[in-house]
Amino acid sequence: MHGSLWVLLQVLWAQLLCGWVLGSELTFELPDNAKQCFYEDIIMGTKCTLEFQVVTGGHYDVDCRLEDPDGTTLYKEMKKQYDSFTFTAAKNGTYKFCFSNEFSTFTHKTVYFDFQVGDDPPLFPNENRVTALTQMESACVSIHEALKSVIDYQTHFRLREAQGRSRAEDLNTRVAFWSIGEAIILLVVSISQVVLLRSFFSDKKTTTTRVGS
Amino acid sequence: MRPSERGHKMLSFSAAGVILLLAWIYPSDSLYFHIGETEKKCFIEEIPDETMVIGKYRTQLWDKQTGSFLPSTPGLGMHVEIKDPDTKIILSRQYGSDGRFTFTSHTPGEHQICLHSNSTKMALFAGGKLRVHLDIQVGEHTNNYPEIAAKDKLTELQLRVRQLLDQVEQIQKEQNYQRYREERFRMTSESTNQRVLWWSIAQTVILIVTGIWQMKHLKSFFEAKKLV
Repeated sequence: MHGSLWVLLQVLWAQLLCGWVLGSELTFELPDNAKQCFYEDIIMGTKCTLEFQVVTGGHYDVDCRLEDPDGTTLYKEMKKQYDSFTFTAAKNGTYKFCFSNEFSTFTHKTVYFDFQVGDDPPLFPNENRVTALTQMESACVSIHEALKSVIDYQTHFRLREAQGRSRAEDLNTRVAFWSIGEAIILLVVSISQVVLLRSFFSDKKTTTTRVGS
Repeated sequence: MRPSERGHKMLSFSAAGVILLLAWIYPSDSLYFHIGETEKKCFIEEIPDETMVIGKYRTQLWDKQTGSFLPSTPGLGMHVEIKDPDTKIILSRQYGSDGRFTFTSHTPGEHQICLHSNSTKMALFAGGKLRVHLDIQVGEHTNNYPEIAAKDKLTELQLRVRQLLDQVEQIQKEQNYQRYREERFRMTSESTNQRVLWWSIAQTVILIVTGIWQMKHLKSFFEAKKLV
């Protein structure tokens, strides 16, 4: 009875920890002349990484700014397409990072960001082990880290491919639209040329007959 | 079992139940942002098919009296709307001030998750500021490994290998999706190529035909007017 209860409590404690995954990856739309800020409470000494990439819109650039709890700017870049910034939190408190599209008059931007705070939570709740990791386990850990970076590269590749694809689709619709438009303009202009020319000669004929009689 | 033992067991189970509920719903240490009263915030998730997405949010209302955000406000609701890549709504539900939503994608592509507050009480109390804590987990991040270990009774090594298998599966799905996207890109480029070709030919033909028609028509017009 006690054994199963203990296991249940461990599982629940682990659930509690897992509920607090510290890493956010979001893609959102930033309208023109808009600024969007995100906040996170960070404990002193935690190593954090902020990575962002502009997916669609205009010249694919955005302003980014990261501030610490006292308002000191830790990172500020204007019109950047893609960047990655790592820092260690020097104070406890709320860190704020903002993306701004205020320089753009009519293009919406889609921005992807990945804010990692600290390390991933351990796989097991009782990670304070007595013995060191066996060779198999440390091999598993290094494979896990390598796969994490593969997934990260895949994400960035997908975002760049999305950029290329949206440009190609824009080009496709633009070609269709303007081709049809030009064909119509061509027809309209040539018919109106003929009609206009006919109208010149019609008027001239009536005036000559009037003068004659 | 003695009554006191039974009482202890009941208490610990109910406490465990409360912890479970809290852990399940609350993204207590996650990212947050501010949202206006009628503002709709949308997030895009580009995911392969058969991928599970779990989103958790928590809202806090600005209290003018204390000048801070209240820990939790009952009666405040958020409306969550999720659209699939074909802009068909797959989830449209009202949740309370704290909520958890989950869905599994059936078509690969850009899914849009939109949140907006449905409460009108905010205008009276707040001054329009609502703080939303949001945590969205996709794919293999949705797996809860300690729970899987307990359920399937896996050793530590087996659990680590299970985690690696899940990661590799996610990579495979993403590669598959990549192939599908590249096919779409190729089709779009070929369509553009075709369109440029055919419309250029068509425009040249229209030009020549209208030129010939113009000349013929004017010639017959002048002959009729006896000017030629």
